[in-house]
Amino acid sequence: MINFRYTRATDVGDAVRQIAAEPKAKFIAGGTNILDLMKYEVEQPTQLIDISHLPLRIIEEVPSGGLRIGALVPNSDLAYHPLIEARYPILSSAILAGASQQLRNMASTGGNLMQRTRCFYFYDTVTPCNKREPGSGCSAIEGINRINAILGTSEACIATHPSDMCVALAALEATVHVIGPSGERAIPFADFHRLPGGTPEIDTNLAPDEIIMAVELPPQGFASHYSYLKIRDRLSYAFALVSAAAALELDGGRIAEARLALGGVAHKPWRRVEAEAALRGEVPDRAAFAKAADILLRGSCGFAHNGFKIGLAHRVIERTLMQAAHGTPQIQAIKKIR
Amino acid sequence: MTYIGTATSRVDGHAKVTGTATYAAEAKTTGLVHGSVVTSSIAKGRIVRIDVSDALRVDRVIDVLTHANRPPMADADSGYKDEVAPDGSPFRPLYDDRILFSGQPIALVVAEDPETAQFAASLVRVEYAEEPHVTEMYRRWDDAPALKAVAKPGENPFSPPKPRGNAKAALAAAAVRHQGDYYVPVEYHNPMELYGSTVTYESDGTLTVFDKTQGVQNVQCYLCGVFALAPERVQVLSPFTGGAFGSGLRPQYQVVLAALAALALKRSVRVVLTRQQMYGLGYRPAMIQRIELGAKGDGTLEAMTHDAITMTSQYEHFYRQETGWSGLLYQCPNATYAHRVAPLDLPTPCDMRAPSAATGVYALECAMDELAVALGLDPLELRQRCYSDRDQNTNRPYSSKNLHECYRQGAEAFGWEKRSPEPRSMRDGSELVGWGMATGVWEALQVPIAVRIALTANGHAEVSCATSDIGTGTYTIMAQVAADMLGVPLDQVTIRLGDSTLPQSPVEGGSWIAASVANGIATTSDAIRDELLGLAKQMPNSPLSDIAPGEVVLVDGKLMSARDPARAVSIADTMRHGGIDRIELEKTTRFPKDETHSHNTHSAIFAEVKVDEELGVIRVTRVVSTVAAGRILNTKTASSQILGGVVWGIGMALHEETLLDHTFGRVMNANIAEYHVPVNADIHDIDVIFVDEPDDSINRLGIKGLGEIGIVGVAAAVANAVYHATGKRVRDLPITLDKLLA
Repeated sequence: MINFRYTRATDVGDAVRQIAAEPKAKFIAGGTNILDLMKYEVEQPTQLIDISHLPLRIIEEVPSGGLRIGALVPNSDLAYHPLIEARYPILSSAILAGASQQLRNMASTGGNLMQRTRCFYFYDTVTPCNKREPGSGCSAIEGINRINAILGTSEACIATHPSDMCVALAALEATVHVIGPSGERAIPFADFHRLPGGTPEIDTNLAPDEIIMAVELPPQGFASHYSYLKIRDRLSYAFALVSAAAALELDGGRIAEARLALGGVAHKPWRRVEAEAALRGEVPDRAAFAKAADILLRGSCGFAHNGFKIGLAHRVIERTLMQAAHGTPQIQAIKKIR
Repeated sequence: MTYIGTATSRVDGHAKVTGTATYAAEAKTTGLVHGSVVTSSIAKGRIVRIDVSDALRVDRVIDVLTHANRPPMADADSGYKDEVAPDGSPFRPLYDDRILFSGQPIALVVAEDPETAQFAASLVRVEYAEEPHVTEMYRRWDDAPALKAVAKPGENPFSPPKPRGNAKAALAAAAVRHQGDYYVPVEYHNPMELYGSTVTYESDGTLTVFDKTQGVQNVQCYLCGVFALAPERVQVLSPFTGGAFGSGLRPQYQVVLAALAALALKRSVRVVLTRQQMYGLGYRPAMIQRIELGAKGDGTLEAMTHDAITMTSQYEHFYRQETGWSGLLYQCPNATYAHRVAPLDLPTPCDMRAPSAATGVYALECAMDELAVALGLDPLELRQRCYSDRDQNTNRPYSSKNLHECYRQGAEAFGWEKRSPEPRSMRDGSELVGWGMATGVWEALQVPIAVRIALTANGHAEVSCATSDIGTGTYTIMAQVAADMLGVPLDQVTIRLGDSTLPQSPVEGGSWIAASVANGIATTSDAIRDELLGLAKQMPNSPLSDIAPGEVVLVDGKLMSARDPARAVSIADTMRHGGIDRIELEKTTRFPKDETHSHNTHSAIFAEVKVDEELGVIRVTRVVSTVAAGRILNTKTASSQILGGVVWGIGMALHEETLLDHTFGRVMNANIAEYHVPVNADIHDIDVIFVDEPDDSINRLGIKGLGEIGIVGVAAAVANAVYHATGKRVRDLPITLDKLLA
């Protein structure tokens, strides 16, 4: 680990002032990702600004009918919060599909959004990686890429975003509330994470001098028909090869509203409104689900070791939509797939 | 016997779970400084320049040791040969500028605290002259040299066995044939405890070395060789080991670096490797195996060929006998074995849990399953038809072999007779259900060992031996055997081990320590008894005056006639009368070479998997492991051993794989988040059954040892179950879901 300075922010304003003053500073909340990255010398911040004690730990109802989740609410508290369990069970489920209880106890809501890829080459400072060292090249494209992306890749980067929680937040169309030196702004979840393009070193559209205050959920929670299904190389404690969040609103045997997002396949939670539009008005059956999967996976492209993800994603989408339609969501504590 | 054979809890369990058991990197010493290792980023070449100036400028950094400024080390290979070194030129840490593998230690930064050492290590700049490397076994397929088969039994236990009959002709004539290529990737041990050493530099210049190792005397001897030190100048201690699984059989480089720094700086030094650096140590070599089987229509084997290719480093010739296990299990008149070893620019592989059997038997037992399918025979029935009462590699009978009973009890406990033979014919909702089985086999080895016992008049026994307890329960079984042999309560026995100054012991490996040390304790206990009997006979009106030593046992603090319990005197009285308060004796036990029998343990494993038909997700829902391993000393620790082996076998089948990037010649998943082993969710019901297997000829106590046998065959049983569930045969481990969907 490289030496760094440790400071504590006195309030949110101070946190913003501190990060604006030191471009190479990083925030630390739960530390479940940044500390690993620092030990590997992937991240070499000159300063860690501790925000873990700031008063951003509240989950509250907002006038629009949605919920506002403070950026420092631990993943465990969020997953087991009665309002989340009752109204947004897909979010609970996605969180519980990730990491371990110990990590979820530490990890924060904002930190989950900010976690970085698990691409092997990003972690090994000996190998070229455009995300870690812009311009050095992408080792994964010709290297071991079983865990890498099949959608939205660029010649510069084929990394994936590792979060489960974010896949559910994307499906729910959450909003990220941030604050910086020029004030507050709201970022739609779909615009929060970026595709790698030519600047894979930039994961999100959060400005370097901004901080996440809260994540807001809209009123619609799809509590009756949803599922989060995660497929991985062992039955727990592994990142998704492919995961899917599916949420449906059914009306008279037809799909009135649909949301569909994928994890483990792209640099951000992967959604296409066209795929969801194709589901609307349809009878929830395999044919309709397959069509949505085709649209969502259009343009997918595998590399030497991850081509299987395309077919797998197709099956996962169909299965997850089926679980959602039948009202039999995947239960994360039970490893048998429903 | 009071304790032998019972489910005795670990005598060191309390110390371990309460944190008072001290491991190598926790040893308390004063004035300690800390070393952080810098490793090479290239796989082959030379170091042109190491710039340590920035590192040295860091406050609290003491020194940076490299090949350029290190103190003297041995210049001959003999200085680096350890007890279990393979042929070749052993790796010499910081010896010269040559890079032999990626992750090789090239500098040690020593500082007053570990954090400073780590930080300064990040400032060491290295310039290399890189040379082309090869880390991919397939690229060396053609030029890998073949090993010579053994000419006579026992000549080289690692060479392929002698061929039998005419396999080629018999295969051509066989009614049913099967041929398959099976692959096992490089696997790492990943013990929970990181490799670490604490070297205390004593004021008189001697070194007290706390090391994570499976053999303290091996490390002691090795360090004396490397640094040309007199034996009395080095003491190696390893009272507790947090798992090793073979990775600690040979001294690892951190102990050299810690000793090197201690000698150079005349300070006490601790070096602990990072998890990532542990992927620069030895590993289970990857292996490609081609097996061809030919059988008569009734299922009896006519011919077999077993070819293997494994890997080694460019500097040592590591191999184990991969191909001969079939000769121990199945009657087959015609057989040939071939084994080639490909040298690669990687560290030398090393032994890992059931080396060669875990892999060789995996291939064999999958091939047998495939033959059963080709024959239309139940896989268990096929094995019973091919059952061999003789080891065909040596043409000897077994000292004992109760594998039949393993098959019978295992099948019954599992409910094997309810298996429907067709693949994909059993279901549970959306899951396909598969039942598979396999056989396991390992060697029952025993090695010369010395045990010292001090028995006091107040009934306390101290038992000493330089062996290790690598987490298997050696402390506990030693205490059990000593308590029974000396007739004292378990809590009156103190075990001392893991200290190079104690009586001689080889490394703890190969499942040989339990049998060796237990019989060693029995030998020394006999000597104690004899001495006591000599004293007892001199007592007035001694009830034992005319009795032979062999007819006397030590029970409940007494010397007693085995035939007539009424004839007894207390040990305390005997010692008092003899004018002594303790008897201390050391005896070496050697096991006579038995040229008339083969000595092996066996197992039968039955596994159930449930596979999501659409998504290929595999769950191993049930395993029954039935083991024949002679006398079981402790049913509790023995069960734990087998359970651990089964879990590991499940991981071998489904999860474990070292991902090598051949462009960089580096391990890319060098951490236990991405190097997958089973987690709790992957493990369901595991049932361990020990069948009775009396063995009067192998050794006095009838012990065979069971460190390795638990893993052998498990991966095959799981793979065979996956085939039965899905109809898809995956021969490349691990069986990840993409291979099922392909």
